[in-house]
Amino acid sequence: MARKIARAPLDYLNMPAMKAWLAGVFIFLYTPLLILILFSFNDSKANVVWKGFTLKWYVKAFENTQLREALFNSLLIAGVCTVISIVLGALMAFAFWRFKFPFKGPLESGMNLPIVVPEICFGVAVLMFFAKIGFPNDLPYPFNLTQIILAHVTFAFPFVAIVVRARLESFNPELEAAALDLGASRYQAFRDVIVPHMKPGLIAGGLLAFTLSLDDFVITFFASGPGTITFPVKVYSMVRFSVTPEVNAASTIIILITVLATVLALRAQSATTKES
Amino acid sequence: MSDRDAIIRVEEVSKRYGKVTAVDRVTLEIPRGEFFALLGPSGCGKTTLLRMLAGFEMPSEGKIFIDGIDMSTIPPNKRPVNMVFQSYAVFPHMTVFENVAYGLKFDNVAKADQYGRVMAALADVKLDHLAERKPDQMSGGQRQRVALARALVKKPKVLLLDEPLSALDAKLREAMRFELAELQDKVGITFVMVTHDQDEALAMAGRCAVMDRGKLMQTATPSNLYEFPANKFVADFIGSVNLFEGTLEVDEPDHAIVQSEELGGRIFFDHGVSGAGGERMWVGIRPEKIELLKREEGAAPPTPEDAPSGCNVTAGIVRQISYLGSESIYEIDLINGRRMQVSRPNLSRWDQEDFTWDDEVWLRWHGDSPVLLQS
Repeated sequence: MARKIARAPLDYLNMPAMKAWLAGVFIFLYTPLLILILFSFNDSKANVVWKGFTLKWYVKAFENTQLREALFNSLLIAGVCTVISIVLGALMAFAFWRFKFPFKGPLESGMNLPIVVPEICFGVAVLMFFAKIGFPNDLPYPFNLTQIILAHVTFAFPFVAIVVRARLESFNPELEAAALDLGASRYQAFRDVIVPHMKPGLIAGGLLAFTLSLDDFVITFFASGPGTITFPVKVYSMVRFSVTPEVNAASTIIILITVLATVLALRAQSATTKES
Repeated sequence: MSDRDAIIRVEEVSKRYGKVTAVDRVTLEIPRGEFFALLGPSGCGKTTLLRMLAGFEMPSEGKIFIDGIDMSTIPPNKRPVNMVFQSYAVFPHMTVFENVAYGLKFDNVAKADQYGRVMAALADVKLDHLAERKPDQMSGGQRQRVALARALVKKPKVLLLDEPLSALDAKLREAMRFELAELQDKVGITFVMVTHDQDEALAMAGRCAVMDRGKLMQTATPSNLYEFPANKFVADFIGSVNLFEGTLEVDEPDHAIVQSEELGGRIFFDHGVSGAGGERMWVGIRPEKIELLKREEGAAPPTPEDAPSGCNVTAGIVRQISYLGSESIYEIDLINGRRMQVSRPNLSRWDQEDFTWDDEVWLRWHGDSPVLLQS
């Protein structure tokens, strides 16, 4: 009689079936991305067969002024949106963590609304809002991006708030008391003790806001005025005619940027979380 | 103690949270340079009182003076006191040096002087070799030293310690008791410590204030708390005690007698007690002040007349024995069924064999030993 060997919970990772499953998950997740990157180096106009290595699509993408402009716009929007989202999100998280006030519960749930509302509804709402208040459509560059930035901040900052709020839960209130006790004012204690504790949350939340903003299509589509274009919108319009390896090349660059940002953020985060 | 000597004066201070009274009209003076302990069970208000001294809580009523200055309107960061928190609250993102230097920034200490002062404070707590460490690379005991140095470097008038030893393991706790007392001696700053551990308070403090349910029960030296407790609560909270309810029958300047049904007889005091006769009172007798004697087989229970002059005697049977090495604790059932605790030092290596279960014994204690408690 074969005796069944008892396994500790983590032993399951050593089972061949589990390993195969894990491999399957990773293949499923990353194959499309790898193919996209691979064909950005393909010396053929058709994205079907491999003909040989080239960098010409990168050159072409770079020479495409419209694409370049769109990419720059997207990075600018994402950057500004990230900064604003971090500040707003952190303040909101702090307020909900620190203070008691009427309707705090409903307000805190309401904080999640931009996350659960379907993007399409959000996009329409944004469009109607800007039309209703008569937001000027003819501002000079780069101020014509304001609408997109505002729209992005609206859905991105709650993500920052949620991450920072969770981080604050692990804050030891005696740390703030200690700072006050040692002579710090309330603001100095916030700056010297609470903000450093929030930092991993600020980085993680900021990264979320950055990537959300960078690849947003639906809301941007509704919020953008005439003459403003972002990278996802531009790629979409290019793809409508034909999928050229130029798009692959541009997408690869975007992947590179986000991976780089993630690595940097994780590094910064691990440097600050080691302490706790 | 004159007012001039008191570094802290607490006058009629109460703290209420809604309907709950955490601190109830406490009046207290703490002399300059003393190691003072606030002692009591959890929820007795000792920590609230400490937080009011630090300024994290404001009294609902009453006033706190530190070095003669009314603290009513002074926020924590402007008070001449510093605190060692229960969690130590060492800033995790700063090195040991940065932690200790943090408070000096606000004291307008020149950068050049900061280094010397920080290193001196770290030397005081024997951590000067770890100045560049991050707190996550340190043990709990070391982090506590950082917290101590960080508070002491500010040269406060009073150092507040919130349960300073509760998070340490037993051996380290014992060692830290002596070290804290030595440190206090060395720096000469008034220490005010909050603790629920009576051993800790008795071992370290020059004087203790015992609190219960927000009220101050007694302020005294450790030996006076133990030998002359002011009431049942203090007698019971500090050490162990056998308590008997009774009425005061004789109340003369040189002796007193309490009639106690619980003990099954009269308790003789060889000194005068100040109490009104006839009232319900309690007599407390410490276990180590009772002598255990073998009773001859078949001998009649003792009467007060059997006792040598100035002593009390009663009879009982040994029911439980806890052998603790240095001493043994005997649980004795008296004739009326009431249980009494007697401890006996094991002076020789065979002393614990003198008494065994179900032995019939006499209990004898001197008329000087019991204390009369009115509440």
